Amino acid sequence: MSEALLHVEGLLTSFPGARGARLPVVDRVDLAVARGEALALVGESGCGKSMTALSIVGLVPKPGRIDAGSIRMRGRELRGLPVTAMRRVRGAEIAMIFQEPATSLNPVQTAGAQVVEAITLHERVARGEARRRALALFEQVGIPDPPVRFGAYPHQLSGGLKQRVMIAIALAARPQLLIADEPTTALDVTIQAQILELLAGLARETGTAILLITHDLGVVNQLADRVAVMYAGRIVEEGTRAAVLAAPHHPYTHGLLRSMPSLAQPGERLAEIPGVVPAPDAWPPGCRFEGRCAIALAVCRAREPERTRLDGGAAVRCHAVAGESPQ
Amino acid sequence: MLGYLLRRTAWGAATVLGVLLFLFALFFLYATPQDVARRALGEKAPPEAIAQWLVNHGYDKPAVWNPADPLDTRLAEHLRRMLLFDFGRSDADDVPIAQRLRDGVGPSLSVTLPLFTLGLPLALSLALLVAFFRETYIDRVGVVLCVLAMSVSVLVYILGGQYLLGKLLRWFPISGFDPAPSVLLRFVALPVLVGLLAGVGANVRFYRAVFLEESGRDYVRTARAKGAGDARVMARHVLPNALIPVLTNVVVEIPFLFTGSILLESFFGIPGLGSITVDAIQSNDFATLRVMVYLGALLFIAGQVLTDVAYTLVDPRVRLG
Amino acid sequence: MEGHVLGNAFAAAIVLLAALAAWRLRASAFWRERLGEIARRRPIATVVVALYLGVALLDSVAWRDAQPGEASVEARSLLDRAFPADFRERSYSAPLAAVEFYGGAALAHPGRHLLGTDILGRDVLHLALGGARVALLIGGLTSLIAIPLAIALGLAAGYLGGRTDDLVFFLLSTLASMPSILLLVALIMVIGRGPVQVCLALAVTSWVNFCRVVRGETLKLRELDYVSAARALGVSELRIVWRHVLPNLSHLVVITFVLTFSQLVLSEAILSWLGVGIDGSWGQMIDQARDELARDPIIAWNLGAASAALFGLILAVNLVGDALRDVLDPHTLRERT
Repeated sequence: MSEALLHVEGLLTSFPGARGARLPVVDRVDLAVARGEALALVGESGCGKSMTALSIVGLVPKPGRIDAGSIRMRGRELRGLPVTAMRRVRGAEIAMIFQEPATSLNPVQTAGAQVVEAITLHERVARGEARRRALALFEQVGIPDPPVRFGAYPHQLSGGLKQRVMIAIALAARPQLLIADEPTTALDVTIQAQILELLAGLARETGTAILLITHDLGVVNQLADRVAVMYAGRIVEEGTRAAVLAAPHHPYTHGLLRSMPSLAQPGERLAEIPGVVPAPDAWPPGCRFEGRCAIALAVCRAREPERTRLDGGAAVRCHAVAGESPQ
Repeated sequence: MLGYLLRRTAWGAATVLGVLLFLFALFFLYATPQDVARRALGEKAPPEAIAQWLVNHGYDKPAVWNPADPLDTRLAEHLRRMLLFDFGRSDADDVPIAQRLRDGVGPSLSVTLPLFTLGLPLALSLALLVAFFRETYIDRVGVVLCVLAMSVSVLVYILGGQYLLGKLLRWFPISGFDPAPSVLLRFVALPVLVGLLAGVGANVRFYRAVFLEESGRDYVRTARAKGAGDARVMARHVLPNALIPVLTNVVVEIPFLFTGSILLESFFGIPGLGSITVDAIQSNDFATLRVMVYLGALLFIAGQVLTDVAYTLVDPRVRLG
Repeated sequence: MEGHVLGNAFAAAIVLLAALAAWRLRASAFWRERLGEIARRRPIATVVVALYLGVALLDSVAWRDAQPGEASVEARSLLDRAFPADFRERSYSAPLAAVEFYGGAALAHPGRHLLGTDILGRDVLHLALGGARVALLIGGLTSLIAIPLAIALGLAAGYLGGRTDDLVFFLLSTLASMPSILLLVALIMVIGRGPVQVCLALAVTSWVNFCRVVRGETLKLRELDYVSAARALGVSELRIVWRHVLPNLSHLVVITFVLTFSQLVLSEAILSWLGVGIDGSWGQMIDQARDELARDPIIAWNLGAASAALFGLILAVNLVGDALRDVLDPHTLRERT
């Protein structure tokens, strides 16, 4: 693989904790997304997925901040980029869609105006041209009757249509990377499938890479080429979709898979992972999954496992797996 | 939308009725006509004079129920007069109240209008500035200044302003009023300045809170993710949305200016509605006071109906929803 | 009933209520933690508020020295007793002055009046400290009247909904639509002047705030899952309100109380200015200063002492109120003042 489209190394994002301490929520994360590739970042709520995404586009809400690491887009370092240069990256190179279409659109602007703004922020185009392109985008994301929907306000659109408008906004300036943060979580099940299909199709058509953030392995199955599993601020396993979903190594990935109704074998009991993701101020010194792990060893409590490369480009962060593997 | 406005107007009308009934209970039932007459004429007034006064001011009728003529009661009279703006004469000196009001409106507006038109943009722009620099020293200092400014009594502003600007620095006349356009400004400047100072702290703080609340919304994040800069996010996304709660506050302030000017007018010798009210308080003039409360409430309710109309223009969720 | 007996009863009631609240709150980890957080965030303001409360309570406990055969002796409070019994001059004297301000006659207590004396020769420091009691009375008595009424009506409106809600809401909007200063003046003129009457009038205008908050929050709480669950389990409605709704309102009532307190005290100052305030309030002292600033040379210490005392209390209460809101409830209540 040549230089990836997006290359994240050692990303550390923290929030202030008690008595002036910084609590990391994203802890030395490495990620790479190749051109046209769809990478899924998977994990339970509170494990740092969304904050990873916001770090990449430089929108970590205050008082959080990025403490260390590098974020390179097409070889260019984004950290420390001047505000105006970063503004040109957002939307034009990396676009983002969010979980809640209901609140993510400006309630007092028409859907069309919000798409037009996304175009004109990055390109000098005439008003009519921007409008024509916005209408084309509406068409592209499958919004029926674009001229009518163009003038509609968000509250007049259904949840699915709102998310399509969000996708149109994201694609407006033809970004190379689209970060989709739980794009279907707030939608009805039937709409979810449509939106995923739309995203997959658009990515194929336009060659846009996708960083998909989700807790839903069913979504991963539909869209992703590769998967990275995140737990308590750390990437604990990564590999191709086939490898991770069919033959997971990390006990956490196992647990996630076994708790998915859509992926479980018929007749199999759905398992759940006991407990919850520990908060950043309660991270144990050893493996962060140790407290919930069924196969925890003595070493898991003492020392955090290193990243172990496995066959087929996969990697995992687990003492139990590292002990078995030849490396 | 029309239905919504009609409903709101009907509600406003019901509130006006509520206010009138409340005033009736307070001024005609709780305070008996004998009380009112004695306060107006003095404790030692002869009974015949009191009886005559009661007749003259319509206090002699039955309160709520008159078997002979159901419409010839104090309640009916009170409602009829108030709704038709036929306010009768002052309890204190028999001057027609309507005439007093007509004379007082001009001077009052000459203070409240500049106060309102200068104060709103001032508070909004300061709040926008402070909100724009949130989590910096500018913001922190701004908030502290607001709390300090809010904690000073308006009386201290008035006394301090008059002493400092009027007496020590001699920038403005200490008090007085002259409607002649050439000198009006000189007389009005000091009360307006003091009014601005007294109100700006609380307003900036409130608007800042509104702006910050809107700044935290998801759609603002969307706008940033599109690549919009801070200034554009503030002007194109936060401000139009924040205008909706701001509108409510602005309208709430319309009657507040009316009452706020009670202090400014009485102190700076401006013969407006506020001074009339103070005179009414000092001379136990219930009739005038009643009218003032009623007009204040009427202004407020009209303001609320207007806010609703404004909502329908600003907020598409109301206009089309 | 005599004034000082009422004052004693009021002080006792406040102390009793505070002790009761402290005892109840100590049992709750939530409150213990939050209140500790406020003291940590605003240590100075908290101490200042406590000092004002202390002075106010000292001035509320009063008794008459037993003097057989002489009925006209006034009751003196603990605060009064901290000053000499005849600590008066004939007229104005500047702070720490040895002679009267106008005329220069010798003072009875030369150099002892830290903040000077007012037109009647009363010690200004004593008067300013005494204002704390009036402020506490205004805030405390008004809240004692307004809050229970507001909670009862707000709960009924929010929880029962329907006609009850319409009626309460109508009452709220009717009262809220009258400009509060005018309404206050009208009420006081009709029901009469005096401390209790002023507090009653302030209660009529301020309960609207509390009631709005209680009604709004009850509407929200009513829809919550655990309330529906309790209802589905057959828990009686009264018990639901008592055990599940009321405790979840308490923090909002506390915040509203603190934020309203400063409004009440400032309102009384305006009422004093309009001539219908409470005797001995800072507002009255400021009102007197109107003439004093017009004199030549001016008398500034009376106004200065009253303004500073008023400003100190309001600022401290505002700061504590803000901290309370930040700690207890960052979302529901806007910074509306």
